Amino acid sequence: MESPRSCGDGAEDEKKPRRRGGGADAGPSQLRRRSSGGADGAAVPQPRERGGSVSRQRRDSVRKNRPLFPWFGLDIGGTLVKLVYFEPKDITAEEEEEEVENLKSIRKYLTSNVAYGSTGIRDVHLELRDLTLCGRKGNLHFIRFPTHDMPAFIQMGSEKHFSSLHTTLCATGGGAYKFEQDFRTMGDLELCKLDELDCLVKGVLYIDSVGFNGHSECYYFENPTDAERCQKLPFNLENPYPLLLVNIGSGVSILAVYSKDNYKRVTGTSLGGGTFFGLCCLLTGCSTFEEALEMASHGDSTKVDKLVRDIYGGDYERFGLPGWAVASSFGNMMSKEKRESVSKEDLAKATLITITNNIGSIARMCALNENINRVVFVGNFLRINTISMRLLAYALDYWSKGQLKALFLEHEGYFGAVGALLGLLDSA
Amino acid sequence: MAERGGRGSGHGSLDKSITLPPDEIFRNLENAKRFAIDIGGSLTKLAYYSTVQHKVARVRSFDHSGKDIDNEPLYEISVQEEITARLHFIKFENTYIETCLDFIKDHLVNTETKVIKATGGGAYKFKDLIEKKLGLKVDKEDVMTCLIKGCNFVLRNIPHEVFAYQKDSDTEFRFQTNHPNIFPYLLVNIGSGVSIVKVETEDKFEWIGGSSIGGGTFWGLGALLTKTKKFDELLQLASKGQHTNVDMLVKDVYGGAYQTLGLSGNLIASSFGKSTTADKEFSKEDMAKSLLHMISNDIGQLACLYAKLHNLDKIYFGGFFIRGHPVTMRTITYSINFFSKGEVQALFLRHEGYLGAIGAFLKGAEQDNPNQYSWGENYAGSSGLMSTSPDVYPMQRTRSGTFDMLEMDRLERPLVNLPLLKDPSTYIPDTVDLTDDAMARKYWLTCFEEALDGVAKRAAASQPDSVDAQERAEKFRQKYWNKLQTLRQQPFAYGTLTVRSLLDTREHCLNEFSFPDPYSKVKQKENGIALKCFQSVIESLDSLGWEERQFALVKGLLAGNVFDWGAKAVSDVLESEPQFGFEEAKSKLQGKGRSLLEGPPHKCALIFADNSGIDIILGVFPFVRELLSRGTEVILACNSGPALNDVTYSESLIVTERIAAMDPVIHSALRDEKLLLVQTGSSSPCLDLSRLDQGLAVLVRERQTDLVVIEGMGRAIHTNYYAVLRCESLKLAVIKNSWLADRLGGKIFSVIFKYEVPCK
Repeated sequence: MESPRSCGDGAEDEKKPRRRGGGADAGPSQLRRRSSGGADGAAVPQPRERGGSVSRQRRDSVRKNRPLFPWFGLDIGGTLVKLVYFEPKDITAEEEEEEVENLKSIRKYLTSNVAYGSTGIRDVHLELRDLTLCGRKGNLHFIRFPTHDMPAFIQMGSEKHFSSLHTTLCATGGGAYKFEQDFRTMGDLELCKLDELDCLVKGVLYIDSVGFNGHSECYYFENPTDAERCQKLPFNLENPYPLLLVNIGSGVSILAVYSKDNYKRVTGTSLGGGTFFGLCCLLTGCSTFEEALEMASHGDSTKVDKLVRDIYGGDYERFGLPGWAVASSFGNMMSKEKRESVSKEDLAKATLITITNNIGSIARMCALNENINRVVFVGNFLRINTISMRLLAYALDYWSKGQLKALFLEHEGYFGAVGALLGLLDSA
Repeated sequence: MAERGGRGSGHGSLDKSITLPPDEIFRNLENAKRFAIDIGGSLTKLAYYSTVQHKVARVRSFDHSGKDIDNEPLYEISVQEEITARLHFIKFENTYIETCLDFIKDHLVNTETKVIKATGGGAYKFKDLIEKKLGLKVDKEDVMTCLIKGCNFVLRNIPHEVFAYQKDSDTEFRFQTNHPNIFPYLLVNIGSGVSIVKVETEDKFEWIGGSSIGGGTFWGLGALLTKTKKFDELLQLASKGQHTNVDMLVKDVYGGAYQTLGLSGNLIASSFGKSTTADKEFSKEDMAKSLLHMISNDIGQLACLYAKLHNLDKIYFGGFFIRGHPVTMRTITYSINFFSKGEVQALFLRHEGYLGAIGAFLKGAEQDNPNQYSWGENYAGSSGLMSTSPDVYPMQRTRSGTFDMLEMDRLERPLVNLPLLKDPSTYIPDTVDLTDDAMARKYWLTCFEEALDGVAKRAAASQPDSVDAQERAEKFRQKYWNKLQTLRQQPFAYGTLTVRSLLDTREHCLNEFSFPDPYSKVKQKENGIALKCFQSVIESLDSLGWEERQFALVKGLLAGNVFDWGAKAVSDVLESEPQFGFEEAKSKLQGKGRSLLEGPPHKCALIFADNSGIDIILGVFPFVRELLSRGTEVILACNSGPALNDVTYSESLIVTERIAAMDPVIHSALRDEKLLLVQTGSSSPCLDLSRLDQGLAVLVRERQTDLVVIEGMGRAIHTNYYAVLRCESLKLAVIKNSWLADRLGGKIFSVIFKYEVPCK
């Protein structure tokens, strides 16, 4: 095991002075250590003098209770890694001049590209411009790549000498735990691990409060089943509480949020985005989420599913079930003939409908049990997935007889990462 | 939603070549009236109502006026034909449907029925075939209505209908006590989809939700993923697979547990989350297992959410996804435990597969008011749980193929709880659960096997004038032997296995082969002998002082009870000082038992009598007489039908009449209705206080009964040893079985004298 870096045991000579100078790398992980050790920042002399040296500039940001750049928030999920990066746009000439080479190269690399390697993607359309964070103005960038490329990411961090920047890398999601050791050994980085649900809630509330470049972050669908009349309309989430937050990643977590600091995880289900994608891979041989969704958009699920009308010839009036409702997902596939007559597209669509309906159903039951009528769906399952969003909107409305409202947020899957970034800033 | 999807695969051709053992399957067809049929995707369930003509032993008092009664038998025994109602249910694979219909048509003689009630997804498909073959008009009934009617019926009428499933415990099947109030409950029917129905009363139920992810999803998606066509084969695959190869677990995401939330690393984070790749092969078994978990967990979660929303804690699961499959019962149980944090128990029904057929039948029989009666499962004619499961008991399969049967007898009178039970919902009649206790089970099964030849012999001997008595006795022997073997393999076949159920099964089998009362002559003789001694016993008791008399009375009760049906001379019992534990009884009687007879007299005592002869006449009656003299009213309860040498209600009437003729105390008590004779509603050597004749219950309430006396091994030890009543009770018996004596920490022939006063 490595010894904790904060000990400053002289092994890393070059970094020592700065660190001693002001606890510059006092990220939350270190703060935690301090509080548990009973000591606090007062024991460390705070430098007062200003100057033109690199170290003085760094001290300056500390004095203003800001962490050192670069500012990242990382959310390592089961399938996707979400990375948010704050690009300061108010860098003074002086700062620019003093900016260490590493930092500059990272900034340029991230902001001048929209794709990284073969799998990393920057969602340019989500970029939040002219954001003020901790007194700095800048743009927030949203980047994602598959979790299985995590080793390559850590490798890159190591090659770019990320550790020499002495910043804290705040990470959430299960991968913050799973890859902690790899970050340490391969990247010489100590992660500051943050709880994923804390980050999620924090991220949602923050992004909704700052808005989406002057537009509303939150929206809903009016007439969700009527292709012609269906409209995406902004929703004002000014008084958000209480709300049910349904995060659909590989799996699903459902939270009831009562205030900024008061939320609980109500339940979760393993039937999530990973199930849709996993089943699609097995059933259709597709290899990407986008491909799976594309197939689904051309399929007809009613060939695969057994509907109420397939059993009862129409509505099942005894129970008030409409004929179009799905009675048995994949129910028609019990028959050999029907198995042979469906297309891959049909199967992809049925998989999507099955998973989506089920999430809607569980979310609806949780909303009823918790007595909450606004349900906010987030998570990367909803990315470019209008079919699911409209279906969720419709199902919630129909089965609750208009009592429940499905809401969506533009930054779908990035809230955990945003929360992690906020965690970094809070800790300073 | 309802049944195994109608146009399911592989049921195209009908098998006409099979030969049925028809007399074993479609029994009593010649008297059948009213049919109902429930046709699912693969199984057909046929129900019919029939009358059974069977022999009953009747006793009739002779007119003794002016005759020398010494040389005459006490009363006359005649075997008469009696007609009782029976419900037959037969379950078989759809492939046999045509053969079965043909058979029914050929054997249907007396029916005036014009219609057959039909339910289930297959009712449409086979409508024409049924109408053509049987000449009956098919009358469709709503699937869910039938299901719920059937469910209410079995919950109300079949003890140990409900069980919880625990795969990894010694007792896989945990049968539940029937709750006096069965409502409200949640029925989760997992057919091709899932229906969740809240049932509030007999006629009030509501579809509160459902899910499209059900048995059809498992089957359809499973067939696509594994190329395996049959549902059962998919389950087989699933039971061999490792879902962790396909599912993304919490530990795959976290590297371990998610500790802040207390989620174990082994929980599934994303079903099929590892199959998100085009270039890896997954085994059929692993995929099937993952699918099974996915669907079971999902259903369990939704069921818990609905139960919570509607504030219900009883969830019964049914439908073809469950239907006796240990694999699915296990995963559903796991899911319910997980999602309800142990607050809700997943419950299953023994006759789940018959609910639709029972319900459809009841719909058609509404004018007969079937719900007015109590019904009892006939163990002789019913196959028991999982009878057609190939891996359970191969012998049964060769006998009746894949045919499973359930027979229910209509009982003469409605049965209810004894109003004096402290808590009817937790009352368990039986003292030892043989399902749970393998040692005890082995012992008792062997006991019953060893006694079987003797019972068969006695049965044959009881009908010396019958030409086929030997043959029938042998058939009885064979049938009961097979039942015992089945129970060795499947102790859970008829609910909790107990000494009572073994005894009752034997009685049912005896009746089946027209041995309604093998002990009738023995009882007749012993009653005659005992009556002759009555007066002298009374005289000697009356000559004793109070204290001695009380002891002698209890001694008489116990002594009488020792002799189940032996031909021992009466004098032997009363004159010798038997070695068994009278001293023990005496010390108990002198201890806390003293207040029983010394305190203020009771208002009314209810006495459950045991054996004929010495027991009732020289043991119970003197005790009754003492109670009456103290001003206590007495309700003397005897079995409605014969069981072993137990005194029956009709015998008790004659015996009492004789005693009244000799004894003025009994005489006036009868006249003034201070002594009342009632029947228990039972024909068992044991006693289930939750199923007693309604008339008895009414009387107990009216007379403000404050003392219950339960006598004999069957009623006070095998059953009711731990029964808690709201009034004073005395349970007494002599342990005539060394194993049981050991078990209860005593010796053989030690005395059970359990006097209990409820704590105030």
